[in-house]
Amino acid sequence: MTRYIIQRLIYMVITMFLIATLTFFLMKFLPGTPLSAADKLSEEQQAVVLEKYGLNDPVPVQYFNYMTNLVQGDLGISFQFDNREVTTIIMERIGPSMQLGVQAMFIGTIIGILLGLTSAIYHNGMLDYSSTFLAVLGQSIPSFVFAGLLQFFIGVKLGWLPVALWEGWEYSILPTISLAIFPIAIAARFMRTEMLEVMGSDYIVTARAKGVNKFGVVFKHGFRNALIPLITVLGPLAVGLMTGTLVIENIFAVPGIGEQFVKAINMNDFPIIMGTTLLIAFLFIFIILVIDLLYGVIDPRIRLAEGE
Amino acid sequence: MKKTNWLLLVLALVLSMFLAACSGGSDDTSNSTDDAETEDTSSEDDAAAGDSEQVLNITDSAEIPTMDASLATDAVAFQWLGSTTDGLYRLGENAQPEPGIAKDHEVSEDGLTWTFNLREDAVWSNGDPVTANDFVFAWQRAVNPDTGSEYGPYMMGGIIKNAQAIVDGEVPVEELGVKAEDDHTLVVELEKPVPYFESLTTFGTFLPMNQAFVEEHGDQYALEADTLLSNGPFVLTEWNHGEGWTLEKNEDYWDAENVKLEKINVKVVKETSTAVNLYDTGEIDRAGLSAEFVDQYRTSDDFVIDEEPTLFYLKMNQENEVLANVNARKAIQMVIDRQAMVDVILNNGSIPSAGHIPQNFTKHPETEEDFRELNGDLIETNVEKAQELWAKAKEELGQDEIELGYLGGDTEVALNMDAYIKDQLEQLEGLTVKVQSVPFKERLARDEAMDYDIQNSGWGPDYIDPNTFLNMFVTDGGNNKTGYSSEEYDGLIEKANTELAQKPVERFETFLEAEKMLIQEDAVLAPLYQRAKARLWKPYVKGVIAQPMGPDFTYKYAYIEGK
Repeated sequence: MTRYIIQRLIYMVITMFLIATLTFFLMKFLPGTPLSAADKLSEEQQAVVLEKYGLNDPVPVQYFNYMTNLVQGDLGISFQFDNREVTTIIMERIGPSMQLGVQAMFIGTIIGILLGLTSAIYHNGMLDYSSTFLAVLGQSIPSFVFAGLLQFFIGVKLGWLPVALWEGWEYSILPTISLAIFPIAIAARFMRTEMLEVMGSDYIVTARAKGVNKFGVVFKHGFRNALIPLITVLGPLAVGLMTGTLVIENIFAVPGIGEQFVKAINMNDFPIIMGTTLLIAFLFIFIILVIDLLYGVIDPRIRLAEGE
Repeated sequence: MKKTNWLLLVLALVLSMFLAACSGGSDDTSNSTDDAETEDTSSEDDAAAGDSEQVLNITDSAEIPTMDASLATDAVAFQWLGSTTDGLYRLGENAQPEPGIAKDHEVSEDGLTWTFNLREDAVWSNGDPVTANDFVFAWQRAVNPDTGSEYGPYMMGGIIKNAQAIVDGEVPVEELGVKAEDDHTLVVELEKPVPYFESLTTFGTFLPMNQAFVEEHGDQYALEADTLLSNGPFVLTEWNHGEGWTLEKNEDYWDAENVKLEKINVKVVKETSTAVNLYDTGEIDRAGLSAEFVDQYRTSDDFVIDEEPTLFYLKMNQENEVLANVNARKAIQMVIDRQAMVDVILNNGSIPSAGHIPQNFTKHPETEEDFRELNGDLIETNVEKAQELWAKAKEELGQDEIELGYLGGDTEVALNMDAYIKDQLEQLEGLTVKVQSVPFKERLARDEAMDYDIQNSGWGPDYIDPNTFLNMFVTDGGNNKTGYSSEEYDGLIEKANTELAQKPVERFETFLEAEKMLIQEDAVLAPLYQRAKARLWKPYVKGVIAQPMGPDFTYKYAYIEGK
């Protein structure tokens, strides 16, 4: 097991290196320069400023410099926020995004699983239909539509919760609900399908025949099996939610990282683009590792296979 | 539609019940609900107390990129620099410079030496007096290539003596034409007479800096509220990056008695609809409106249109054989219905423009008449006449079917507008327009390379003088990029900036003549519109002055009344 983890960690480093390299060169294809007043400066004047950022060097030299700094943990200095360190900016912005992402995942998964289980247990019943309806609705309506509606009805019309801004816990409720809609729908759908499949398999029928009650079977045998595919989907989804979503952050004026990432690309803020990409990539790779390890915990058959 | 809304509302409620039920399982539910309630009440208390308080709550569309005056390049940075720092002069009512750190100034007869007398009672927020050296230091820093300033070279190059040479690395930075004669006398030497230099000193790049403080903080200078100094009406007391910031009245400001506002709370809100919702719930006192909201709020008492001196126009590349023909260019000028464009597509109060100087931007030095009014509409919309000119151009060119590329932006408004303009242009018989929609930076790159036929372009002023618009189109001007080159035009601009530099009336009249030549005779550009911004302002906010350049607003004299 330890050897397996070490092996995976080495792969992680290689993957990160490849992603950093690829992003770096792709980024150089972006049109324009990081200068915000490029339309006003002569070429000579632009060159003077670019010199300061080391952007007049040939691209391979820039790449080498960047990677050398990266290995030392230095992500560089932002171009659009003069002199501010990329690490500082990311640390400031990741907090709200993480909070919303974790809350949304937590709530979304729990509600989704409950809905899915209900559907499976009362298969083809009224509860099944209504929770499936909710799931389909949740998946097909974009989150920003929910966000806009929640903001308008609950924030403006009813005045129950703050319309937007980021000044305390209650400010996170509406964005969390908006973000949670999608995981709810996904979790419910997967849970339902998987449960129905598992519940139809031989060992469940055997268990039932032996007299284990319905709920016992569902939770002890069915649920655990159905979790495997669910975790596979939810892992990457969690990363997506935690690293911020432009639309929700904009609608609720949340100072998160999602908006920062998009803006950095528009403004050719190379260090921020690199920093954010690497952060997201790292979270993804990390989550995938965690998922792989979780498989073993949930399903002993997988653990055995890895052991050999 | 209504039914779906209801369904969604019901769904939302069901979900929030789920949510409540869900957190009900955890131990701290009762606590967190209580917290929420207490906080709610306290914020209501704040609002109630706010009745008598001089607090302005507004939003900005982006985080402040920098509070370092040398590095600032955008509206947000200039806004808050301008609110916390006084330069030699600051823009007041009607965009007229009024005394800031300078009490007054004298200009030498040749117009090259400006001597500013600084007030002695101005202090920085750490108690240091504001001295002439603070200007010398800041201006040298702005042109020093090590600083990496964009606006330093742009604003000072060719204006302040030796600035360009310093940028080019030819002379040391100490040679910059700005000297502190004593603590309260600043002497500035210019490369050439600059009649608008007084208004230029209000611009962010010319703001002073406290040398000891800047050097003490080094790389950290101006990154946080506590590594910043203020000598202006307000002090930045809190700065939560990405979320918002707070300014409080500077009690040590030399003109503190005229500052009524105690506090300005600014939140970063990017979505127009979010800002409008916050405005409707009374959280903020101002909201910008996009076209889709204008109709909804047009009749509201809070609805205000702020005209901006920013112009949009079509640039026509004269390296293109067709566009080298003046009749073809005139036909393009005349065929576009600009009124319909601003009414239907922009719908935000923007006005059709018919020249290359915005309205309400500069006035005749003697008669006080507006530049735009004096020169009037230099082009008209007349499809018939356009067709005639176009037919003539085709004959001269010996072509019947003509295809032109059109370079435009990729935003939603730009796409709509470009589709409209394409449609208008194609009224010209035998003309096919191929629209290319590219991101802003790509458009700039293609402009630089003159890789376009027709381009939708815009320009905002850098100082309040016709020169900022008209100087662009001199032969090989850095922002010309149309291939237009006219000795006569160059001569007019040159004359205005040299021999007439000290004669405001003749100078102004020369600019009138130059604009006529640029638009009417030589048809270098096809003017489109002058931008305006529709906003909602709470009626209890008084005394905010909208500015044509630099900071968008002056809050120095703002106050709250009758909230």
